Amino acid sequence: MTERTQHDPATVSGYPDHPPRMGFFTDTSVCIGCKACEVACKEWNLIPSGGLDLTGMSYDNTAGLGADTWRHVAFIEQRKPVGFQDAGMHHTGDVLAMAEQGTATAPENAAMNPTTPGEGGEFRWLMASDVCKHCTHAACLDVCPTGSLFRTEFGTVVVQEDICNGCGYCIPACPYGVIDRRPGDGRAWKCTLCYDRIGAGAEPACAKACPTDSIQYGPLDELHERAEQRVARLQDQGVAEARLYGADPTDGVGGTGAFFLLLDEPEVYGLPPDPVVTTRDLPSMWRHVAAAAVTLAGIAAVAFGSTLGKR
Amino acid sequence: MPGLGTSFGRGGATTFQQDLQNSDCILIEGSNMAECHPVGFQWVMEAKARGAPVIHVDPRFTRTSALADLHVPLRAGTDIAFLGGIVNYVLTEEKYFHDYVLHYTNAASIVTQEYAGPEDLDGFFSGFDAKDRHYDFHTWQYEDSLVQAASGERDMEYEDRAGADVRAAGRGEAHGSGGARSGGAPSDPTLRHERTVFQILKRHFAAYTPEMVEQVCGVPREKFLRVCEYLTENSGRDRTTAFVYSVGWTQHTVGVQYIRTASILQALLGNIGRPGGGILALRGHASIQGSTDIPTLFNLLPGYIPMPHAHANEDRAAFLVAESTDKGYWANMGAYLTSLLKAWWGDIATEENDYCFDYLPRLTGSHSTYETVMAQIDRECVGYFLYGENPAVGSANAKLQRLGMAALDWLVVRDFSLIESATWWKDGPEIESGELSTTDIGTEVFFLPAAAHTEKDGSFTNTQRMLQWHHTAVEPGGEARSDLWFTYHLGRRIREKLAGSTEEADRPVLDLTWDYPVHGRIAEPKADAVLAEINGWDAEGRPLSSYEQLTEDGSTACGCWIYCGVRAEGVNQAARRTPGIKQSWVAGEWGWAWPANRRILYNRASADPDGRPWSTRKALVWWDAEQQRWTGHDIADFAATKPPDYRPSPDARGPAALAGDEPFVMQDDGKAWLFAPAGLVDGPLPAHYEPQDSPFDNRLYPQQRNPVRQVLPYRGRHNRLQPSGSQPGSDVFPYVATTYRLTEHHTAGGMSRWQPYLSELQPEMFCEISPELAAQRGIEHLGWATIVTSRAVIEAKALVTDRMSPITVQGRTLYQVGLPYHWGRNGFSTGDAANELAALSLDPNVHIQEVKAFACDIRPGRRPDAAGSDALVREYQRRAGITDETGTEI
Amino acid sequence: MARSPHADRTKDAVTGGRGRGRRERPMVPDAEFGSYYGRPVLNAPVWQSPDVPGYLFLGGLAGASSLLGAGAAVSHRRALQQLTTAASAGAALASLGALVHDLGRPERFLNMLRVFKPSSPMSVGSWLLSGYAPAAGIAALWAQRDRLTRLAVAKRVLRCYPRTARLAGGGATAVAAVTGPAVAAYTAALLSDTAVPAWHDAYRELPFVFIGSAAQAAGGLALFAPRHETAPARLLAILGAGCELTATAGLRDRLGMVAEPYDRGRGGLCLRVSKALTLVGAVGAAVSGRSRSLGAMSGFALLAASAATRFGVFHAGMASAKDPKYTVRPQRERLEHRRTASGIGSAGSEEDTED
Ligand SMILES: Nc1nc2c(c(=O)[nH]1)N[C@H]1C(S)=C(S)[C@@H](COP(=O)(O)OP(=O)(O)OC[C@H]3O[C@@H](n4cnc5c(=O)[nH]c(N)nc54)[C@H](O)[C@@H]3O)O[C@H]1N2
Ligand SMILES: Nc1nc2c(c(=O)[nH]1)N[C@H]1C(S)=C(S)[C@@H](COP(=O)(O)OP(=O)(O)OC[C@H]3O[C@@H](n4cnc5c(=O)[nH]c(N)nc54)[C@H](O)[C@@H]3O)O[C@H]1N2
Ligand code: SF4
Ligand code: SF4
Ligand code: SF4
Ligand code: SF4
Ligand code: SF4
Ligand SMILES: [Mo]
Repeated sequence: MTERTQHDPATVSGYPDHPPRMGFFTDTSVCIGCKACEVACKEWNLIPSGGLDLTGMSYDNTAGLGADTWRHVAFIEQRKPVGFQDAGMHHTGDVLAMAEQGTATAPENAAMNPTTPGEGGEFRWLMASDVCKHCTHAACLDVCPTGSLFRTEFGTVVVQEDICNGCGYCIPACPYGVIDRRPGDGRAWKCTLCYDRIGAGAEPACAKACPTDSIQYGPLDELHERAEQRVARLQDQGVAEARLYGADPTDGVGGTGAFFLLLDEPEVYGLPPDPVVTTRDLPSMWRHVAAAAVTLAGIAAVAFGSTLGKR
Repeated sequence: MPGLGTSFGRGGATTFQQDLQNSDCILIEGSNMAECHPVGFQWVMEAKARGAPVIHVDPRFTRTSALADLHVPLRAGTDIAFLGGIVNYVLTEEKYFHDYVLHYTNAASIVTQEYAGPEDLDGFFSGFDAKDRHYDFHTWQYEDSLVQAASGERDMEYEDRAGADVRAAGRGEAHGSGGARSGGAPSDPTLRHERTVFQILKRHFAAYTPEMVEQVCGVPREKFLRVCEYLTENSGRDRTTAFVYSVGWTQHTVGVQYIRTASILQALLGNIGRPGGGILALRGHASIQGSTDIPTLFNLLPGYIPMPHAHANEDRAAFLVAESTDKGYWANMGAYLTSLLKAWWGDIATEENDYCFDYLPRLTGSHSTYETVMAQIDRECVGYFLYGENPAVGSANAKLQRLGMAALDWLVVRDFSLIESATWWKDGPEIESGELSTTDIGTEVFFLPAAAHTEKDGSFTNTQRMLQWHHTAVEPGGEARSDLWFTYHLGRRIREKLAGSTEEADRPVLDLTWDYPVHGRIAEPKADAVLAEINGWDAEGRPLSSYEQLTEDGSTACGCWIYCGVRAEGVNQAARRTPGIKQSWVAGEWGWAWPANRRILYNRASADPDGRPWSTRKALVWWDAEQQRWTGHDIADFAATKPPDYRPSPDARGPAALAGDEPFVMQDDGKAWLFAPAGLVDGPLPAHYEPQDSPFDNRLYPQQRNPVRQVLPYRGRHNRLQPSGSQPGSDVFPYVATTYRLTEHHTAGGMSRWQPYLSELQPEMFCEISPELAAQRGIEHLGWATIVTSRAVIEAKALVTDRMSPITVQGRTLYQVGLPYHWGRNGFSTGDAANELAALSLDPNVHIQEVKAFACDIRPGRRPDAAGSDALVREYQRRAGITDETGTEI
Repeated sequence: MARSPHADRTKDAVTGGRGRGRRERPMVPDAEFGSYYGRPVLNAPVWQSPDVPGYLFLGGLAGASSLLGAGAAVSHRRALQQLTTAASAGAALASLGALVHDLGRPERFLNMLRVFKPSSPMSVGSWLLSGYAPAAGIAALWAQRDRLTRLAVAKRVLRCYPRTARLAGGGATAVAAVTGPAVAAYTAALLSDTAVPAWHDAYRELPFVFIGSAAQAAGGLALFAPRHETAPARLLAILGAGCELTATAGLRDRLGMVAEPYDRGRGGLCLRVSKALTLVGAVGAAVSGRSRSLGAMSGFALLAASAATRFGVFHAGMASAKDPKYTVRPQRERLEHRRTASGIGSAGSEEDTED
């Protein structure tokens, strides 16, 4: 089954006539790390601000997706070139060895902005805006016991804040670490793909704010086409590491509604390399549970059976 | 921006951001465009997608560098050496665009015999007066002529032009004492005469070799040559390269000359006035371009008309003779000035009273913001309005700013939040250290809440000279009022108080046309009425549509001649919003750009002398022989019907004196100035000088620093300067610091540190240093660092990052220290202000502070408390042997 | 640059950052995996201890006790029946309390019954519990019917409708016994049906760990019944202990590095304690036929062992969610495996390639 047929989540969820599946193509190769997407999302969705925490993770001070960060821009400093780009750096060899000779603190503690060892002249600064993937097979939605999470006619996955009872089940179910519970509020929150905006024919706030079109919103089919072309272009230009992430409908979540062009392995950006929707194994889980339940009953039967007549 | 103004005629970006998509190569230097102009940066990305290489020359690897094909780290404060090296490469390798250079620049003009350059005079130009620290510019002129600059310091020719007998000199035809006033200067089209600008240029830049660039800037030879190749391969008849700069170039003691170097280079490469070319000066605050067009500057009147200086018996005629040009549009300064006076004083301005010319204030010297601070400390200036400015954080030597304010009688701060400049009297560092005490400060401080741009009508003039109108979205809340409201009603009340006064000094205020209609609950003046006055009207009160209609006979009124036409036909052209997809890439129907809605200035130069595009690929405007007019994608920056072969009669003046192949219509000779015979106080050509506080010797000339830079020593040790180069004590400050912005914050923080969403993105002050420097000084990632200059110490969390590359300068490894300057004590996100460290050493042309390059020391750990910090600074001063005189020498 | 993709990848490893990064050399690449500043890929469960491990324990105790209760009813072990049915009712009630307490919006507890979703073990569990808990309650009351006659109302009901009462009481006991094993086992699916590596990957063994643990707990508690009635309970406890230990060992074997959290940290400690208590309790149970106090001590050990297992599994899961290694490395290996495999064959279908 090499054929790339896209599972159509909206139809499966009972929308016989529905608009095309909408989503995001985030092309990280043109992201300038301006964080306009993060701020636009917060403004539009009235999300509380997070803490004031200088993390030391390059220019990333919001650290990751969560209840109060639905768009998150990652910053990765690497001693490694992008294609033919020339960073022009003149670092001299092993930074750790240098830390060792001069620093009062022991080198293992004298952390620098985490980077990869490499040639002193090579360098690149990757930036990538992450978001809920609006999975074709969404674990969060599958496991939600209240039906608070639902599939929209656009094929996206949205939490209904008036129904969520904060059971927290969706949180560990998400293989990407997207959804989270807001302390003090008790409910789970994540990107809605701006359901309120796209329903009215507008673009999601983050995509609207993105100056370089790193975030592209549109019908998923069109985005896939564009993305394939972009990858081919980049590879032609010598950016061999360019690859798509989440665009493969045969992957563990059936492909994602928000997919990405990455310049390195997914885990470098904090993304799982081969995520699988947990409920794919659920039938087998139920079978094992049933077997165990029967076993328990059996053990009990044995316990009583073998003591029959005894007291 | 006299750098661009003297070179090409107007002090504004020659192009617009959208045009960058047409570039074949983009050099971003002295700007962090992706972080500071992220929205405009999409056009750089567009060009990149079309295959244009993007080069970023910056001491730091920034978010712009991350997207560039080539990042070149260089030592802060050395761009003249770097660009001068490219000029030398272009000249010696003969990579210039010959036809363009010959016809459109002053390369062929012959300069006076007395001119001598820094290569012969140990780093000085001819005409230096050591006593007054001043250049006499006469020897920089063309032979036998006296040209006037289109921008910059025009009053320096006053004596020559208005001269001994102003009235005898009469109107513009008169020749000043310097001889023929312009155009007629001798020239040599073979460019071989040794005193042609071209040959002078060659000699001047001959020392700027790749080896010299490597020594001065720390840029390896191969890397430098790659930049040269990129630029030259992508310039010429068929290709264009654009330059982008911003305050990474301006905030130096030689800032204007940085831009001059770029101007020379772009003129040599034939990149001005053409699509995908030009020099994009990225401006700052949403309307900073507007605030020089209708200036908040002490030395300009609206539309770059100079503010008159205090000369004995100067009347309008004398002023015009002295300040206007003979040729080009500045010859019409009389019409512009008279119309301005009519706009301000209406019917009261008549020919009999010289149109109230005497109502204009007169300059007695420099009154820049920094001199004003000195005047405050000296109690010459006792009251101060701060409209939208936070000098206690944003201005160099923040301490002096506070001390100045503490010496005032009254201070009015109009802002959104209680910025540091409004609260220094109760919680500033000087209160903490005990240096000042709240009870002893005599300043009465008024804080008045300001309305934001969303709460008022008005316009912004953006970085590309484009006016965009904004409408009130919500009424201002509470007591907040617009600046227009405040200014109008303040004026109204002052006039009420003065009413009936017979004092002559009160006449200028009482005679003003101060009659703007107001509306609504809060009596807000109609912004549109102000725009109408700016646009101007004729004798019948009909709106004007072009500055060509302005006259000197008092029949037209116009508040800013370059904005004339913004309300043509009575329609607010700045409010036009035709979407980009519905028009060409020039998008002439979005907003309105001065002058006359032209988007690319000097675009006559996009066609060859005969009026044909240099190449079809780079066509912009051209001569349509059938229709007998200039046509094309943009509005021609040229008289619409003047044919390419037009030759003026010898007695023609003004625009009529411009030939059909002279595209630089504001210039006295119609040409781009490779060599600036007038207008700049520190030299006709750029020369590399070291920054005020530098750990290196000047390798190019014996003269270390810009000899006419402006240092404002304050008698009282708060602006102490540092030893430089190989002077003893210089090694106490071995590193070079530079200050800059982050996308997440805005300038002095008043608009970002109070925003929770922005504060969390960059929550506190930090410094950026290389791992090598961290190792050398024992500073840890995320640990504290203390940065020291002879003025102050500040503390910051350290971000140890590979993005700060060590460089090798004069055989020595140099580490640079990066300091964002957004922080202060108030708001959500706080930290020490980088500007505590900076000195008041200024560019002499525009009086801008040198905050982009200064020597410093850095050490691990937090700074001591206020008193301890003072002791630490004294200790450093002692170690470096610093006195009041240090660094003030020529 | 002719770096193999694999070598390239190992060069990319970015670990360290703040917090945990301080303990390791931040720049030294872990040859096995890369991550974003050592931060977790997953958002760790917000479930709290002791609420959730307590819930797991109580559910198991309740479910298995119901079996004992029914067996006791059938085999006329009246005291055992009374104790175990009371235990199951009490545990069911307490487990519900723990569950509600852990909700972010406890007042919206009933939204659990808004829908029935087989894809959500929590939904299934909610419905299961809402069937089970009343049955367990009635079964407990039925076991106490003699004492209840002291209450006038109960006396009247039992007098007037003896058949109905018997039917209800016996029926409830049976329903509780039938649903009890499900209550004890489903929580394994509850945990496994997440992306938490140590839980998800263990989905085959975890149900057996849990029912073993449940049997152990119920058997342990039943040891507090009069000695002469505890024989089945003792056997149940011993068999349960054996099942749990076997399943846990199997889990360790199969999971490889993902099982590390079951041996390390808080999870590992709980499980070691659990194992020791299990052995002590099982041996005690085997020999406790003669001594009631020994029986009680063994019972106590078994209960504690069962609780420790649940805390151990809970914390092991939390630890595996918080360390990106457990998410990235197995996935990375899976990918590499597939890449090499696809080099030979077709891209291959995906079903059941979970390990
Ligand atoms: N997000 C954001 N945008 C802004 C602003 C803001 O505060 N925040 N401010 C606005 C304002 S008021 C302005 S004026 C503009 C300024 O825009 P920019 O000029 O782009 O801003 P800066 O960060 O001050 O400086 C630009 C770069 O100059 C580099 N630099 C320092 N010294 C030198 C040098 O000697 N040579 C060279 N080649 N480079 C040097 C710095 O490393 C920095 O990367 O931005 C405007 N846009
Ligand atoms: N070290 C160092 N120093 C620098 C620079 C540097 O690069 N390095 N850059 C320099 C540059 S380019 C600039 S532009 C300056 C900026 O320095 P400042 O102008 O002093 O700083 P801002 O924070 O922009 O101050 C503007 C204030 O105006 C308020 N405001 C905004 N809109 C309105 C309005 O409509 N009405 C009124 N009344 N107030 C309003 C804002 O709240 C804010 O407090 O800093 C300069 N200083
Ligand atoms: S990424 Fe996570 S939260 Fe988003 S749809 Fe997929 S499983 Fe749900
Ligand atoms: S926390 Fe809310 S959204 Fe998440 S699974 Fe529970 S009820 Fe559904
Ligand atoms: S789509 Fe809307 S909700 Fe989702 S990240 Fe973008 S702005 Fe936020
Ligand atoms: S708005 Fe666009 S360019 Fe800016 S950080 Fe987000 S994705 Fe990147
Ligand atoms: S802040 Fe305004 S002016 Fe600056 S980039 Fe953003 S949109 Fe443009
Ligand atoms: Mo600025």
